[in-house]
Amino acid sequence: MKHSTITDLDATVRDLLTRHGRLRVEIASLSRFDDLHSAGLTSHACVDLMLALEDEFDIEFPERLLKRQTFASVANLSDAVLELT
Amino acid sequence: MPTTLIDPSALATIGARRPLVDVAQTVGAEFAAVHGADVDRHARFPSEAIEALRRERALGALIPISLGGRGASLREVAIVGETLARSCASTAMVYAMHQIQVNCIVRHGRTPFLLEVLADAAAHERLFASATTEAGVGGAVRASVCAVDPIPDQPQRFRIEKQASVISYGEYAHAILATARRAPESAAGDQSLVYVPRDKTTLELTSEWDTFGFRGTCSNGFVLRAEGDRHQILPDAYADISTQTMLPTSHVVWSHLWLGLATEAVSRARAYLRAQARKTLGTRPTSAVAVAALVARLAEMRELVHGAARDYELIADDPEQLNRIGFAIRANNLKISASNMVVEIVTEAMSAIGMSAYREDSPYSIGRLLRDAHGAKAMIHNDRILGANAQWLLVAKEEL
Repeated sequence: MKHSTITDLDATVRDLLTRHGRLRVEIASLSRFDDLHSAGLTSHACVDLMLALEDEFDIEFPERLLKRQTFASVANLSDAVLELT
Repeated sequence: MPTTLIDPSALATIGARRPLVDVAQTVGAEFAAVHGADVDRHARFPSEAIEALRRERALGALIPISLGGRGASLREVAIVGETLARSCASTAMVYAMHQIQVNCIVRHGRTPFLLEVLADAAAHERLFASATTEAGVGGAVRASVCAVDPIPDQPQRFRIEKQASVISYGEYAHAILATARRAPESAAGDQSLVYVPRDKTTLELTSEWDTFGFRGTCSNGFVLRAEGDRHQILPDAYADISTQTMLPTSHVVWSHLWLGLATEAVSRARAYLRAQARKTLGTRPTSAVAVAALVARLAEMRELVHGAARDYELIADDPEQLNRIGFAIRANNLKISASNMVVEIVTEAMSAIGMSAYREDSPYSIGRLLRDAHGAKAMIHNDRILGANAQWLLVAKEEL
């Protein structure tokens, strides 16, 4: 587990979102519970984001987490990473 | 909501309705087959066959019995499309596209207003069309330029203006289901599905439909302009409606329709073979082996298409399963495989029959079937669908 706190984890998730999420808004303007799909996260960008998260944390998203809900917010993404690390 | 209760008199008329299978065969033989060539030649709406389906109460088939429909399954209406396609692909396509819209409302329209829409559709056998494609998004249906635009000072009212590059039979429909961004500030993929009745909509013609096949679907382009109340917006996000209903339903009803085209082509090849055999008693006609191969290939296609419909039915009420990547990939596979198979089978049938199939004035003619079959690959192009699957495969893990 590379991240000691959820804040660190959120920061990394946000960084990857900035690089791969192709959002229409500044990631800093979103709370950890704001809807990422509404912010413009497409299914294409989800795939890139997931690959980036898998690489960053050396994890694999199992089938059951490959759903829209997992990618709906920073909080959901951090929870998923926490569960897998 | 009195219309949502079971009305005993409605149940009595349901008993009097002919089974859908019979309806499809009769309308196919007596209307679609009779007018199919004229519909194709003049690229006109197949009004005789659609009216006949309306009289037989087949348009509202998917609507629950409690709302006045037949409460038929998707597989049953898909078989109607398969049967109709043997006589007129355009009639079958109008029927199929209509059922896709109905299924979206049946499965995602649980508000009082939308239940009333269904009850009205069942009572009057309304025809519904679709406006999902739009100029400016490169053929993608999961992105919109237009938005549900609130009317200032009228919080319950909205307007939509959509450059709809295709609205099949839009001028003949009672209402249209249009995709649009949820709000003016929404992202391209953050879409809603909106029910817009034709009498509250203007359609400004921008392009006409003069095509190789499916000529009678009258899939003209329009600028769609509509105003309405917010209760016309389906409550579920279009992302969910698309994944759980619109895409799988489309692939199921379309693949059945293509199966009907392939079945008709093979049926003509078999009839030709029997006629040849009578003329060359004692010698097997040269085409017999090719026809045997065709029959085997058709059986393969039928199993694929009917099996996919069964699979969808099994998980149709389980959003968790429907939202899985594996389901999306399999639904896409159905479209790709069935559309390739129909072109292959119809082409081989033409080759097996030979000159009599190539002629337009022969009972074994294959020309129109072949033109219609090619539409299967072009509508939502196979390369686009393979591209979507390719993207999913970068992350999918389950057995496929």
